[in-house]
Amino acid sequence: MSPFAWENDVVEVERGPEPGGLGGAYRAFGETLRGLRTTLGRVVEGHHTIQYPEEKTPVYPRFRGRHKLHRFEDTGLEKCVGCSLCAAACPAKCIRVVAAENTPENQVSAGERYAAVYEINMTRCIFCGYCELACPFDAITMGNDYELADYSRSDLIFTKEMLLAEPPEHTPLRRAGE
Amino acid sequence: MVIGLESTIWLIVKPIVIFAFVLGIVPIILWIERKLLGRFQSRLGPNRVGFRGLMQPAADVLKLLSKEASTPETAVPWMMAIAPVISIVTAVATLAIIPWGPVGAWGGDVGLYGIDVSIGVLYFFAFGSLAFYGLMLGGWASGSKYSFLGAMRSAAQLISYEVALGLSLLGVAMTAGSISIVDIVASQDNIWYVVPQFVGFCIFLVAGFAETSRAPFDLPEADAEIVSGYNTEFGGMRFGSFFMAEYIEVVIISGIAAACFLGGWHGPGPEALGPLWMFLKLMLGVLFFIWIRASLPRLRYDQLMSFGWKILLPLATLNVLATAIVLVVT
Repeated sequence: MSPFAWENDVVEVERGPEPGGLGGAYRAFGETLRGLRTTLGRVVEGHHTIQYPEEKTPVYPRFRGRHKLHRFEDTGLEKCVGCSLCAAACPAKCIRVVAAENTPENQVSAGERYAAVYEINMTRCIFCGYCELACPFDAITMGNDYELADYSRSDLIFTKEMLLAEPPEHTPLRRAGE
Repeated sequence: MVIGLESTIWLIVKPIVIFAFVLGIVPIILWIERKLLGRFQSRLGPNRVGFRGLMQPAADVLKLLSKEASTPETAVPWMMAIAPVISIVTAVATLAIIPWGPVGAWGGDVGLYGIDVSIGVLYFFAFGSLAFYGLMLGGWASGSKYSFLGAMRSAAQLISYEVALGLSLLGVAMTAGSISIVDIVASQDNIWYVVPQFVGFCIFLVAGFAETSRAPFDLPEADAEIVSGYNTEFGGMRFGSFFMAEYIEVVIISGIAAACFLGGWHGPGPEALGPLWMFLKLMLGVLFFIWIRASLPRLRYDQLMSFGWKILLPLATLNVLATAIVLVVT
């Protein structure tokens, strides 16, 4: 026993046989065959890749993708009341809300005010989901779509109309246990 | 010797057939290799260009043709121009001795091979050695340190493995009593030489991998260490020629292995089916090349050397000795 406690914890590692010599050549031959078997096993197993544009990677239900704005299903009024809490919560400062008063002729949302402008700058958004948490009316939620590439930066500023509309493509959801 | 009209025609037809075969087989092997490598790595391989990616080699060649063949300032331009030519010419020249069928297999008195040289095996080695001039000149002429290192590696690899390759075929030549490839195939009527010369076969395969500088002996172009070795500075179809020569070398090594060890054109069915059997055996060799490439890591430089000199060469010598003793006794 060594007087130093840490030395007693040292475990002898298992070392392979010394390379070289006839034995080494024999083992190298065996390992070569094992390598050949391993790769052949991959052929038998089939491929694991996903053919992306045709086949999309399914996401989990809590995946945070493209935002959605919601309406009330019965009245069709927007849930967003233009309170700007999402913009305040946003760490990336990518949400711009300009509120306006609802009038009896022009009732847009269920509350007193509505969002006249609601823009999310997708080039800035970090998809943290704080807007969703901050929203008192569940007006904004994170969707599942991750295909957000576009050709220009200005196209990536999503307006209220774009966020209220159904997303152009649907990302498959992961089934339970997948 | 008077050359008759018929043999003159054959003299013209045979090279054309050989070139057509090369130009046809290389893209197919390229496609098979990329597809199979994909499968070996749990992916699909090319599948975008054409049906199942069949047009991928064509797309690659088109891309290469459209690229500039640039020459670095430090290079020797004329050497850079001839190096790929040497590579591809020597490779195609060796293809001429690969036999596809005996004389009269498809009627007439014409043999299904480019030429039947009485020094077949030596011819193969001669052009195999000349092919390295392509790599060495290419690497030297580039004036780049990576190319230079790659060229030095190919030179060292050549002298380490050429001897073992020669000795491994010597056993076959002794058993057959000839070094003409056609005679060697013809003498495998009863038993393929892979059985009595199994050790020689293994040595030939290993040395053949080194000869073609393919994985796991692809040190001359080890991408991870020396960019791309001797062909680093080559662009466009100059690189394409090197690339093609490498694949022709694979075909040649597979072809020589099939002819000298696997019975060449011998197989069930009539003699006219000979070329088919030969082709199948050759492709088997090519598949093995690809399989090995997918499986084994690249050797370290000193491992390559010590393996060649300390294991392969003594083993090949012993094999020749044993063959000689067996031949004398029986």
